[in-house]
Amino acid sequence: MKEKIISIVEAHGSDASRLMDILLNVQSTFGHVSAEAVSLLATMLRISEVDVVQTLSFYHFFSTTAVGKYAVYMNNSVVSCMMGMKDVVDEFEKQTGVKFGNTTADGKIGLYYTACIGMNDQEPAALINGIVFNELNRQKVRDIVAGMKVGIPVQDMIAHYGDGNNANPLMKSMVHNNIRKTGAVVLSDYTLGIGIAKALTSDAKSVIKEMKESNLRGRGGAGFPTGMKWDFCSRESGVHYIICNADEGEPGTFKDRVLLTERAYMLFEGMTIGGFAIGAAEGILYLRHEYTYMKAYLENVLKDMRIKNFLGNNILGRGYNFDIRIQMGAGAYVCGEESALIESAEGKRGEPRNRPPFPVQKGYKGKPTVVNNVETFCSATRIIEKGAAWYNTLGTSESAGTKLLSISGDCKFPGVYEIEWGMSINAMLEMVGAENVQAVQVAGPSGICLPPNQFHRKIALEDLPTGGSMIVIGQQRDILKDVVLNFMEFFADESCGSCVTCRSFNMILRNAIEKVVAGHAIKKDVENMQAWSEILRKTTRCGLGQTSSNPISTTIKNFPELYDARVKDVDYQSDFDMEKSVKASCEVVGRSSEVHELAKVNIN
Amino acid sequence: MSKPIIATTSLAGCFGCHMAILDIDARILQLIDLVEFNKSPIDDIKTFTKECDIGIIEGGCCNSENIHVLKEFRKHCKILISLGECAIMGGLPALRNGIDVKECIEEAYLKGPTVGRNTERILPNDEELPMILDKVYPCHEIVKIDYYLPGCPPKADLIWAAVVALVTGDELNIPYELVKFD
Ligand SMILES: Cc1cc2nc3c(=O)[nH]c(=O)nc-3n(C[C@H](O)[C@H](O)[C@H](O)COP(=O)(O)O)c2cc1C
Ligand code: SF4
Ligand code: SF4
Ligand code: FES
Repeated sequence: MKEKIISIVEAHGSDASRLMDILLNVQSTFGHVSAEAVSLLATMLRISEVDVVQTLSFYHFFSTTAVGKYAVYMNNSVVSCMMGMKDVVDEFEKQTGVKFGNTTADGKIGLYYTACIGMNDQEPAALINGIVFNELNRQKVRDIVAGMKVGIPVQDMIAHYGDGNNANPLMKSMVHNNIRKTGAVVLSDYTLGIGIAKALTSDAKSVIKEMKESNLRGRGGAGFPTGMKWDFCSRESGVHYIICNADEGEPGTFKDRVLLTERAYMLFEGMTIGGFAIGAAEGILYLRHEYTYMKAYLENVLKDMRIKNFLGNNILGRGYNFDIRIQMGAGAYVCGEESALIESAEGKRGEPRNRPPFPVQKGYKGKPTVVNNVETFCSATRIIEKGAAWYNTLGTSESAGTKLLSISGDCKFPGVYEIEWGMSINAMLEMVGAENVQAVQVAGPSGICLPPNQFHRKIALEDLPTGGSMIVIGQQRDILKDVVLNFMEFFADESCGSCVTCRSFNMILRNAIEKVVAGHAIKKDVENMQAWSEILRKTTRCGLGQTSSNPISTTIKNFPELYDARVKDVDYQSDFDMEKSVKASCEVVGRSSEVHELAKVNIN
Repeated sequence: MSKPIIATTSLAGCFGCHMAILDIDARILQLIDLVEFNKSPIDDIKTFTKECDIGIIEGGCCNSENIHVLKEFRKHCKILISLGECAIMGGLPALRNGIDVKECIEEAYLKGPTVGRNTERILPNDEELPMILDKVYPCHEIVKIDYYLPGCPPKADLIWAAVVALVTGDELNIPYELVKFD
């Protein structure tokens, strides 16, 4: 073990800021990161063991005990549950003989849950040793487990590859793109190099000017003007960095996955243009762990671009040097927040930073850094190719261009759609073949649960802003149980824990909605939930805590009747059950819990 | 008009909150002028002899007896106050929440380093003894609580201000320092 770890550390230049990659390597080599490994890493990287442990303990896909030769990570987010996860889970448990959360006695198979893996249009889906298995059902699970029992490598269990680059020899994945609608910007035909060539023959200032005039706003969700961000960053002195946020963690979003698969060149071209504009020599693609299956393919794209001189030294002979490395994540939703992402890329826990300073001032390694979403960079490439004026002809007055939507849930055609900003929810539902819709979850759990009487509203930054997640919820669903409770569980799990209110209120709100679902809540509970949601929103450092109460607050507002139907209109109610609560202690001492007290208890 | 009547009790607490009541020092004489005490460790009245106006509860509920006492208080008092961290949130005793009851009892009576002489490995089971609950409950999960006075223990001045405001009907005026803990 020692030699192997030494070689992993040395391969990363014995650099503590590469701790994420080192741990990922150790994890995949040994199936866990043992205490011995921790102490060896600390010594070799000249940091304390606690420094290693704090990173190690933060991420979902690191583990200190063996996860099993075959580690199954089943997506338990809302849409997976809607599409029949329960049967799949049941079959896995039946076939392996263990419950989720455990490994088989022989250490061969481990079963775990994980949050949305970016496959909402092909659920139920799971990751097995990093490889995606989509559209699972009982029969498929039986075949998979049978294969595991005789030791077949997971890669060999894939019968059919998906469309497009999913079938690329370096990807060999069963994932489908499900591109249902292409638009003028990111999914229309693309030729490598036009944008870069244009940018490099003008100058950085002109590129930023073009970007500002395009009115492109960030596609990661917050909608910050991209040109302005580049401008701020370019004004800072010293070394600059450019980072692409491919963490795509918002449940229900999967459009970046499709862009990474089909528009990787366009993305890297956009990063190069951005790098040139702000004066960066180094770019980082922060890729979520769930997308590890694309890494070899993406590395090869980078290699190809170096060969073609679109990356590397003296790009296209214009004297600009720039290269990109891929930073893998290890499973943490909060790492999609840009400052947490930077911390993570530096090898630390993904805890958001206080702002100011903003990343454009002090970002990666304390240097001015631009962080943009995958779709933002792809759009930038097209804008430089076709010009800001052209771009402004698309979309609405306040939201220029197109938007990729990831649409899933109760509809006939789940998948990726490139629409112009300004489409109404009604039009969108018609487009995806959705009928009898009870609600649309716009912009994922941190967005809003929209009722039918608001379906006339427009998908646009000035009306219904979204990073792209759209979950259609049919009449047959129990919104509070199937959706809100699931989302609150997600947030309670994913809070980084820095802010007291985020750490505790997400848990408390999760318990409160569970109480509502179980029919034990009273009116006062719902009032409390509203008040606590407000406190949570106001007292937290990052967008996670600022929006995590939205599943509750937007359903209380938009679907009050769902609460009224379950909540009792009484002043007070206790759920305490004496018999149940003394059962355990009675058992220990050998007393009957029904008659555990003397008839005449001396209560004084 | 007769004086308002107060009752107090300590459930799963350390009596620190009652000490804090006594911490009002000489004002206890004023208090006696203002109110009458019924069931309370302060005057050692053990059962309710009258209906009371205010019940002050220290400590959460860790066993079946605590539950009965708390319910009695609710029955006999118009207003109930949770006094201190233990009554409000379970406090220190609630550190056992999340640990299996069996493990707790075994640690206390069989395995703990201070157990020593329990050579017959006896677990307390006299029928006079109340039973330990699966976890420590804050009071408001058992009965309706009207007011909460935070602190571990709450400051005497806070208790004083709250009780005086309640019995006089004056507006409660709590300086920030009284509920600021860091
Ligand atoms: C909890 C949280 C998660 C986020 N996740 C993502 C994400 O997965 N992808 C993304 O592009 N932006 C995400 N963001 C937004 C980023 O912080 C940042 O605004 C964005 O990457 C900037 O790029 P853009 O301007 O191109 O949108 C997240 C924000 C928060 C608060
Ligand atoms: S709001 Fe939540 S996720 Fe964000 S920094 Fe605070 S604790 Fe972490
Ligand atoms: S709140 Fe503090 S002082 Fe009061 S009973 Fe609990 S531990 Fe004792
Ligand atoms: S119970 Fe108060 S010091 Fe031990």
